[in-house]
Amino acid sequence: MLEIKNLQVKLEEEDKQILKGVDLTVEAGKVHAIMGPNGSGKSTLSYVLSGRDGYEVTGGSATLDGEDLLEMEAEERAAAGLFLAFQYPVEIPGVGNMTFLRTALNSQRKARGEPEMSAAEFLKHIREKAAQLQITQDMLKRPVNVGFSGGEKKRNEILQMAVLEPKMCILDETDSGLDVDAMKLVADGVNALRDAGRGFLVITHYQRLLDHIKPDVVHIMSDGRIIKTGGPELALEVEKNGYADLKEGA
Amino acid sequence: MAALPARKLEAAEALLAAHPAPQGEGAWAREARAAAAARLREMGAPIGRDEYWKWTDPSALTAPEAPAVPLHAAGPAIFADRGALTVVFVDGVLRRDLSDDLSLEGAEICTLEEALAADIHWAREVFGVLEARGQDPVARPLAAFNTAVAGQGLAIRATGKVSRPVLIKGVRESETSDALMHHVVKLEEGAELTVLEAGGPGARVNSVLEVEIADRAAFHQIRAHGPEAERRGAWHLFARLGTESVCKTFSVAAGGRLTRIEQVAELTGDDAAVHLAGACLGEGKDFIHDDTVFVTHDAVNCESRQVFKKVLRDQAKGIFQGKILVKPDAQKTDGYQISQGLLLDEHADFLAKPELEIYADDVACSHGSTCGAVDEDALYYLRARGIPKREAENMLVMSFLGEAVEEIESEDLAEEMRERIAQWVMDGA
Ligand SMILES: Nc1ncnc2c1ncn2[C@@H]1O[C@H](COP(=O)(O)OP(=O)(O)OP(=O)(O)O)[C@@H](O)[C@H]1O
Ligand SMILES: [Mg+2]
Repeated sequence: MLEIKNLQVKLEEEDKQILKGVDLTVEAGKVHAIMGPNGSGKSTLSYVLSGRDGYEVTGGSATLDGEDLLEMEAEERAAAGLFLAFQYPVEIPGVGNMTFLRTALNSQRKARGEPEMSAAEFLKHIREKAAQLQITQDMLKRPVNVGFSGGEKKRNEILQMAVLEPKMCILDETDSGLDVDAMKLVADGVNALRDAGRGFLVITHYQRLLDHIKPDVVHIMSDGRIIKTGGPELALEVEKNGYADLKEGA
Repeated sequence: MAALPARKLEAAEALLAAHPAPQGEGAWAREARAAAAARLREMGAPIGRDEYWKWTDPSALTAPEAPAVPLHAAGPAIFADRGALTVVFVDGVLRRDLSDDLSLEGAEICTLEEALAADIHWAREVFGVLEARGQDPVARPLAAFNTAVAGQGLAIRATGKVSRPVLIKGVRESETSDALMHHVVKLEEGAELTVLEAGGPGARVNSVLEVEIADRAAFHQIRAHGPEAERRGAWHLFARLGTESVCKTFSVAAGGRLTRIEQVAELTGDDAAVHLAGACLGEGKDFIHDDTVFVTHDAVNCESRQVFKKVLRDQAKGIFQGKILVKPDAQKTDGYQISQGLLLDEHADFLAKPELEIYADDVACSHGSTCGAVDEDALYYLRARGIPKREAENMLVMSFLGEAVEEIESEDLAEEMRERIAQWVMDGA
């Protein structure tokens, strides 16, 4: 589904290479996790895949179901089925959460040549998803992320994912800042979407999220590269010993 | 007094010569007119060298004749569903045949003409009186000119809570109409009134609104001007507020070549609140939108807010000159002022001159002015959810304007404004 080959990325404004050749393939129906020290390039990878400005791809490729992601505008990637749950969700005062989500959903549908969802249909759709994630009516009405607590922002990301039903979901530290119960809610939200047609790339620092969302594959990223790939046991090893051994072994 | 530049005096004379004062008015009205003409002669017409006109060239407003403006189809009617008593001015002239009957529960309404023709009329305490007070310390010559000659307008006295708004609707049928309008409003103790204004009533507009707000009364004004590239005009508000009274205004303009809005509010009774807000959407090098505000705190525990937002593209120019003056006895003043420009490309320009002058010691006043581009992080966030760039940008424009629109107290009116503005933003593509 998601195929990243030897992806090399530097900052546009500075001569700073951040990704130094990332290779990673996420198959449909699988959950991959990426762990790695702070500053190793995990968020950069997710930004570059989702089309944020400010980066220059100096080599390699990234495709989604064979389509070249790097050639597309951010909104085209979303319509193609790519979703990024942000590490730091952005506050947008004056734009209601519902309006935002409905505009997003219908923009994607339009781009794919699908009929737009009516206000009534959308309301039903979002209410169901919001209830599952225990997101209140009040949060739906409020401006996007404004005045949301850290954990509420993360839950709101997962709500967006649930509403948009993308086929490739990247979660960047969605677990950070969540309390134990919220973590369970988020994990349930993800698990509810797990199916044969969907891929997940879960970026996290902690084993705890992976207790709830069982990954098929775990990758370790360090200094802009994937230095080790293994099964769920790799996450447990990191939890116990940190990254030092892995880096030496690389 | 220092001699004025001859240019200012000549321009003032030319204005007065081109616009004779109306005939057949009462003695008091003739006196008020003459006093206003004398004020204008004393201060001269505005020129670009005046301190408060340095960013906005007034010459199109002071030319004896209005520059010709082609006619174009009017956009969708604004405020049509608000149940308002509608008064129509075509090219600045009140048309009773197109207007509702001027009877409204809780208010007495007549034309300015009728008010000024009467020997005894409440309007005497307001007409030219608040304008004259508002000339100190900053001269507002276009308003003095207006008082001297404007023959059209409404006189509204609210005696109770008026449940229907009054809609002043402007229509233009001439390419060269010079609309000179003057409205006087008086709210008696505890009264409530909302005045709506929509549509440009002339190729060039000079409009003055004087509002006397008695104790515990509340006045709301909302003005909306839809897209019209060539509109030019100067609008003045002079408001005086009594104890525990409220005055809230909001004004939005989409396009228009030259818009100068001067608002002068004087808080004279304790615990009063004045909120002045405005927004504009402008594009192109001919666009100038100027808000010039002066709020005077002259009583205890009053609140004032100024919230102005300007969206500017392609060499459009936005201007804000806003002052808060807190007099020595105006303790516990709460003053707030924000002016912001959103520049949709690097060629637009937002100029702001916030001024605070505070003589009391127990005062909380804050002001801020910012000017910048669309928030890149927010734009990326919206696009990453599938919203195309242009639409995402429009959403952020609405988000930017939100704080100004929120100043409108009535949720229905705020919602209508939001919808209209969203449409204008979208159409501006
Ligand atoms: N716009 C930028 N300007 C300067 N440095 C940047 C920029 N973006 C990323 N970097 C640098 O690139 C490196 C990778 O950052 P990135 O955010 O991808 O790390 P990360 O693996 O997500 O870290 P964390 O676990 O702390 O979230 C860091 O050294 C960071 O400082
Ligand atoms: Mg990160």
